[in-house]
Amino acid sequence: MTFSETSPSDNWHIKNVRIVDPYTHTDALGDIFIAGGCFVSEKLPEMLTLDATGLWAVPRMVDIHVHFREPGQEHKEDLVSGSRAAAAGGFSAVAAMPNTDPVIDNPALISWEGAHGREIGLIDLWPLGAVTKASAGKELAELALMEAAGAMGFSDDGKPIASGRIMRAALSYATMLKHPIVQHAEDLDLSEGTVMHEGQISHRLGLPGVPAAAEAAMVWRDVELSLLTQGRLHVAHVTALGSLEAVAYAKRLGGPVTAEATPHHLLLTDQAVSDWQASPITKVNPPLRPLELRDALRKAVVTGLVSVIASDHAPHHDDEKMSPYPQAPYGISGLETSIGAVFSSLLHTGLMDPLTLLERMTSGPHQALGAWYPGVVPGARADLTLIDPELLWVVEPRTFYSRGHNTPMAGMQLKGKAVATMLGGRWTMREGQVLA
Amino acid sequence: MRNFIALENMNAQELTTLIDLAETLSEVLERPIKKVPTLRGKAIANVFFEPSTRTRNSFELAAKYMSADVINFQASGSSVEKGETLWDTARNLTAMAIDAVVIRHQVAGVPGLLADLLNVPVINAGDGMHEHPTQGLLDLVTVKAHYGRIGGLQIAIVGDVLHSRVARSDLWGFTIMGATVRFVGPPNLLPSALGAPMTSNLEEGIRGCDVVQVLRLQNERQKSGAVPSMREYREKFGVTQERLGKWAPDALVMHPGPQNRGVEIDSEVLDGPQSAVLAQVRYGVAVRMAVLYRLLGGTHDI
Ligand SMILES: [Zn+2]
Repeated sequence: MTFSETSPSDNWHIKNVRIVDPYTHTDALGDIFIAGGCFVSEKLPEMLTLDATGLWAVPRMVDIHVHFREPGQEHKEDLVSGSRAAAAGGFSAVAAMPNTDPVIDNPALISWEGAHGREIGLIDLWPLGAVTKASAGKELAELALMEAAGAMGFSDDGKPIASGRIMRAALSYATMLKHPIVQHAEDLDLSEGTVMHEGQISHRLGLPGVPAAAEAAMVWRDVELSLLTQGRLHVAHVTALGSLEAVAYAKRLGGPVTAEATPHHLLLTDQAVSDWQASPITKVNPPLRPLELRDALRKAVVTGLVSVIASDHAPHHDDEKMSPYPQAPYGISGLETSIGAVFSSLLHTGLMDPLTLLERMTSGPHQALGAWYPGVVPGARADLTLIDPELLWVVEPRTFYSRGHNTPMAGMQLKGKAVATMLGGRWTMREGQVLA
Repeated sequence: MRNFIALENMNAQELTTLIDLAETLSEVLERPIKKVPTLRGKAIANVFFEPSTRTRNSFELAAKYMSADVINFQASGSSVEKGETLWDTARNLTAMAIDAVVIRHQVAGVPGLLADLLNVPVINAGDGMHEHPTQGLLDLVTVKAHYGRIGGLQIAIVGDVLHSRVARSDLWGFTIMGATVRFVGPPNLLPSALGAPMTSNLEEGIRGCDVVQVLRLQNERQKSGAVPSMREYREKFGVTQERLGKWAPDALVMHPGPQNRGVEIDSEVLDGPQSAVLAQVRYGVAVRMAVLYRLLGGTHDI
């Protein structure tokens, strides 16, 4: 069955599917019924039937850290190409970072982004607003007004909030909001001029390295400020042992702190920089870390200390990634490899069971952002991903829907892939093909 | 051997071939008429993104002694700032129909990436803090000429090892040839995890060594806060005649240049009997001739 043979008004009976639903803590073989855009409890007349034997059905997969570059850098990505990449990757919701040009730091831009996302209609697009005006780190942006306009969280991602005073103010202010402050933690003084993890590989390659301490030092500060203010803190893309320890400390004291890991930090190590012969395709911030840190990160995801997996999807134009290492921009185009990389790292290694693993890509991120979704229950909006967990495939960036082909996973074989994505009862992707 | 990018991944046999070849070629340099027709009709581009008269001259002389034509392409760092990508650089070089590219770049890894993009041999004349393989090779030749061997020798590399591409090429080159390398310098200027023993005590570092390679201390290290003052650096790590006489009286002293006389090394040492700095410069030309010869497959006898 292809798109041309189905219509948005079709109702569906998906049978023989393994329902992996972290929202309701369900992992069972069964059938799913969808009518009028919602899950329903039983088969209705004129439902189209899809035999999903061998596949998993996962409700509302969300990636809460993507960069869609619009407005201002549409040659890298825009809301249309980003939405298509998300649908292709198996996501029905994403939260987009506000480090665009101009920075999304006011309610009008939040409204515009939300409306444009709905117009495109391929995903639920959750705008994130800047914490400070123009993400300059000097004055708080209009957080409450942005939230009223639809902002799902606040971040100056791309740069850290360096001032302890502003960070304290932001966290304190956030106690009257529903959504958290999301911090990209990095001591810019320590990291100045560096391009990769400081360790054996950076010393061999002669590339200036940054120690994991540059991240951990700021996470510790932010954790202290979150405990002080009780403001909700979500720590983006953690990679350092000290960051994990700081988050654990916050949790022990009951602080409102969550943390996220990216698929590339879970799959790769700084060895990739050497394997790619210092090609900037491996340049990402925070940098790829050595094996012992990657394994500690995996363990933190297993235990739930890190409750969110998010891609930090950062598409760039091919030409930009052809510059010498220091000049090249940071980032990996990650939406379309996320499930494959995560399954290869954590599922097929035997480290995690499907339900717990998928929690990190569904209910975990919902909880972190203060969002809510009921799961596969009658009446809930039918946001659903069908995954073939055993599918072996080779990453071929030229086939991405994203405009960014920049990924060090190019040419790697991954296991596990979304084969269909549904938003509100309507397929947005079937067998790798995204609805126009 | 298709390119000459780094000593790290070479083996002892390849290095020995190059060392032997350089020794043979250094005899050419003793002749009254130095020019040999070996690379007649070949065009070599010297592409320097970083100013370096010494290394560029050395490559240019090496090419000219072998009758190759040399195009000096002084690509200032600004062409990168103007947005020229490596693709553009590679395309422009290919369009010039040259037979080999010698490249110096301030960024580690660029010669390797360029080698992937070009279908002519690429020679690394120094890339960032990564490697300076012809310097490493000339240090090997200098030591071999003095001791008659490299295996079993103790090499101390003194100074700002962290930022030094010479130190890295030396580490790999000497290690591959069976010598032992140790690093000596301020703790914050020593790279951990490269596998060489390290010390911040100069006496401990150079006592009993066969070779002391002294690195240049860049003035910017003081500005960036890595060393408190040149005076303090000299006090802790300066190689003076007195210290050398006490701790390593028989060692061969080398320096890749340019030297800060009176800071990391004294004139008395540089111009003294243990110094091999002029031999280093002379072997530099022979080594670059050897590399060009190997990569361009010279058709005439030497
Ligand atoms: Zn970030």
